[in-house]
Amino acid sequence: MSLQKERLRWQREVADPAVSRHKERKDGALTTSSGLPLERVSIPDDAGYATDAGVYMDRLGFPGEYPFTRGVQPTMYRGRYWTMRQYAGFGTARESNERFRYLLDAGQTGLSVAFDLPTQIGYDSDHSLSYGEVGKVGVAVDSLADMEILFDSIPLDQVSTSMTINAPAAILLAMYIAVAEKQGVSRDKLRGTIQNDILKEYVARGTFMFPPAPSMRLITNTFSFCTRELPQWNSISISGYHIREAGSTAVQEVAFTLADAIAYVEAALSTGLTVDEFAGRLSFFFSAGSDLLEEVAKFRAARRMWARILKERFGATSPKSLAMRFHTQTTGAGLTAQQPDNNVVRVALHALAAVLGGTQSLHTNSRDEALSLPTEESVQIALRTQQIIALESGVANTVDPLAGSWVVESLTDEIERRAREYLDRIDREGGMVRAIENGMVQQEIEDAAYRYQREVEEKERLIVGVNCHSNDRSVSCHDVMRHDPRVQQAQLDRLAEVKSQRDGAAVERTLRTLREAATDPAADVMDPIIECVRQYATLGEISQELRAVFGEHQQHAGM
Amino acid sequence: MSEKTRILIAKPGLDGHDRGAKYIARALRDHGYEVIYTGIRQTPESIVNIAIQEDVQFVGLSLLSGAHNELFPRVVELLRAEGAEDIVVFGGGIIPDYDIPGLKEAGVRAVFPPGTPIAEVVQFIEQCRTGSAQTT
Amino acid sequence: MPHRVSADNLSDLVRGVLAGKNRAIARAITLVESASPLRDELLEQLRECAEPASHRADGGSRVIGITGPPGAGKSTLIGELVAVARMAGEKVAVLAVDPSSPFSGGALLGDRLRMDRHGLDPGVYIRSMASRGRTGGLSPSALETVSVLTAAGFGTIIVESVGVGQSEVGILTLADLVLVVLNPGAGDEIQALKAGVMEIGDIYVVNKADYPEAESMVRTLHAAVRESIHAVIEPRVLRTIATAGTGVEALHREIGERLEALNERGELESRRRRRITTALQEIAGDLFSEWVRAWIERHGLTDPQGGVPFGKLRRELAAALETITVREGCMDEEDAK
Ligand SMILES: Nc1nc2c(ncn2[C@@H]2O[C@H](COP(=O)(O)OP(=O)(O)OP(=O)(O)O)[C@@H](O)[C@H]2O)c(=O)[nH]1
Ligand SMILES: [Mg+2]
Repeated sequence: MSLQKERLRWQREVADPAVSRHKERKDGALTTSSGLPLERVSIPDDAGYATDAGVYMDRLGFPGEYPFTRGVQPTMYRGRYWTMRQYAGFGTARESNERFRYLLDAGQTGLSVAFDLPTQIGYDSDHSLSYGEVGKVGVAVDSLADMEILFDSIPLDQVSTSMTINAPAAILLAMYIAVAEKQGVSRDKLRGTIQNDILKEYVARGTFMFPPAPSMRLITNTFSFCTRELPQWNSISISGYHIREAGSTAVQEVAFTLADAIAYVEAALSTGLTVDEFAGRLSFFFSAGSDLLEEVAKFRAARRMWARILKERFGATSPKSLAMRFHTQTTGAGLTAQQPDNNVVRVALHALAAVLGGTQSLHTNSRDEALSLPTEESVQIALRTQQIIALESGVANTVDPLAGSWVVESLTDEIERRAREYLDRIDREGGMVRAIENGMVQQEIEDAAYRYQREVEEKERLIVGVNCHSNDRSVSCHDVMRHDPRVQQAQLDRLAEVKSQRDGAAVERTLRTLREAATDPAADVMDPIIECVRQYATLGEISQELRAVFGEHQQHAGM
Repeated sequence: MSEKTRILIAKPGLDGHDRGAKYIARALRDHGYEVIYTGIRQTPESIVNIAIQEDVQFVGLSLLSGAHNELFPRVVELLRAEGAEDIVVFGGGIIPDYDIPGLKEAGVRAVFPPGTPIAEVVQFIEQCRTGSAQTT
Repeated sequence: MPHRVSADNLSDLVRGVLAGKNRAIARAITLVESASPLRDELLEQLRECAEPASHRADGGSRVIGITGPPGAGKSTLIGELVAVARMAGEKVAVLAVDPSSPFSGGALLGDRLRMDRHGLDPGVYIRSMASRGRTGGLSPSALETVSVLTAAGFGTIIVESVGVGQSEVGILTLADLVLVVLNPGAGDEIQALKAGVMEIGDIYVVNKADYPEAESMVRTLHAAVRESIHAVIEPRVLRTIATAGTGVEALHREIGERLEALNERGELESRRRRRITTALQEIAGDLFSEWVRAWIERHGLTDPQGGVPFGKLRRELAAALETITVREGCMDEEDAK
């Protein structure tokens, strides 16, 4: 008996008459948020996952085995829950340090640092562009002095530190190493991650400094440095999160993140590293949105694609290289400023998607994230959300619980198919760096974001509290944390003090050495940067030297 | 041909999240306006300089980093200093409602929270053009 | 600066433009882009009051037209070119034309995004313009805008036209010198040759010379340039990397030398004549189109039998023209007396 035939019969005899009596809804809910078609009802597909062991093994396999569709470990959360990692930004190094020490005392071992925007773009707090931004979305770091305060009395050999830093990642890493030196901690003991994913900055997040080519060189410099000196350090976290937040579809999130990853692998290979030497230390970072089924399919498709790419394209063999490990943060763009308490429910859905998708760690946003720095109470609810999913929902008790759902499997296949089309197109463009330089990637994301927003405006996509069920559109938020205006002044004062007390000639000398190294494309800039930070050269000064050699990237207009 | 309405959409400050700014730029284009988009990381000084060179009637500012209280009023101030106070400044982004009265007082004519339908922005622009603008 | 330009304060505006004041220049350009009767008054007053500029023997500015396919790097290159020109002490204005949407009539003008490193330099004026339905890659008022910028004292005026395949020729009606920017890869070479671009450039720039395919494109262009028979002087082919500023000084030098050479052969003068003729013809064409529209309104599109009144229109238009010519003849005679 053919299932397709049975479906046609059902369609004719049962479904069509029903639809002619009651029309189906017309809103966007009848496709996924990426616009993927959804069958009225899914059935085992013709390829026959249900019956053909070969097909099953090819596409799904078992957890912990190639192609890792069902998860990167054999037991997943039956062994250990995902890491619940929350971070928050604080204005000054001193405040952050106090918070870190509190968290460490409470038993946490992982620290997560967010930097303010001037730091992320390589400007000192006294730069004219920094006005109003100092300490706003994270901590301001101008020189080693700030980093010393940030990690004061925190033994760096006993913590793992994740730093959300990209364009000047090499400089902040150098400062971290210099602090460790002062504590007498050797490099091989340092554990942590720098985000260091510059390509997504050009297309989505915007904290770039240099043009793509010299940026890629900086990244390969950090890759080789970490491989050589910091055996326990993750030198990159390849991020689809910001691509999605910029308005991409789920398909684009997968495709462009993998395209970035391919570019990094190729860059690393070109410096003489072998794939299994470093691929195991690449980690990923995705977003989790509200379209539950599509999101679960997205995570599964991403894992399968990565395994296949590494094996087929790069010839990787080590399972550690092939298994895509990723961190997930729930979407911020999917939260609403209107009726913010509804966001608690949304975040629960987002978090559920991430867990059903097999994430290794998770940050749940707070309900007021769309507005401001979250309050302590909101942060706690966000954390409790993860704990409820882990301890009460039961979804963590079996591996990959949605596998075999016909709709999830077909969406997984479809996302892979469409993402591959993008990857082929990017290859034809001459690779991801080129596709970014030419604005192709930005254009695709912008078009998707525009389309989505139009659909919301036309009420083809409904968002509760925004374009439907909105009794009150005002954006009110109770007790959000307000920003302290004294932070900026205090930071400026300290910067001036540091500059007046350091050895000016030594700063000059180390900066000059750095510039020479930067000018030679074959040289490695990590050691010269470490020399600079040791002399308390500021982040802005070091960045300026590099800007002088590398040039500055101009945003692509797109549209 | 009547005088076309020209609008500058600008991103002061350092945040790189330009999804909202690009959306509004594009949507206004689709409503028949000539829109100039500055791109990210503009200083208030350069925004004002561009507004004047381009002879726009409106400047829309978008900011998500939280520095709006510092940067929006600065743009208004500099426009005044250039004798261009006839240019209407409006803003959008993540701006909590308790900041809105202060911004209005500083001369920002309207503040549109996230999720504002484009029709509302268009209505505001048209009201300003015909001189019947209420502050929103 | 008055907020609204009126007949009373027009002279303030003129004075502002002549003094090179940004706000006045900007306002004047808006007026030129509008159909206001004040527009013609403004242009007349500017013509009468402007000091002949010293940049060139004929008192004009050097107008450099830049065209090429979308994304070739025109805007980026202009940004760099402006920097070099500033270093040489030139005052530079840029007119960047982007297409208007045929559906909404709106436009998204993004070129200056790539030039903005000149943000606050008073010696640089950048203006974005929408094509407003005009084909050919320019805006309807581009040439008149150039005359405003000339009056404002900009010795160098760079015009970026919409690069869309066939229609770059509009730039010829405006520029002293045409620079065609091409980028390697993506089959552009063949397209460029096909689209007749090889007939318009004085200088061909292969931008994105950091791409390995650049060399083959340069070779192709060299060959094509040697075959171009119509050119007064054989066009040059240069390489640039706009994003790094590489090759831009050489380009700037080449532009100067080319202009010099074109001038020596009288080519600049004949281009100027051609361009003024075209502009005046265009103005007249617009006015006549308007006349015809009104005529149709009066007479209807077809006669009651459904016939199209070709003959009738031509006769009446010719008669109307006749009266103008006669009147002009009288005026000339009066002038002579
Ligand atoms: N690699 C490389 N990229 C370049 C170069 N010049 C420009 N680009 C990039 O090419 C893209 C397009 O540049 P634009 O200057 O906007 O090109 P355009 O010709 O003005 O484009 P339109 O105005 O849209 O027709 C941008 O992303 C630039 O950064 C170059 O020399 N090398
Ligand atoms: Mg351009």
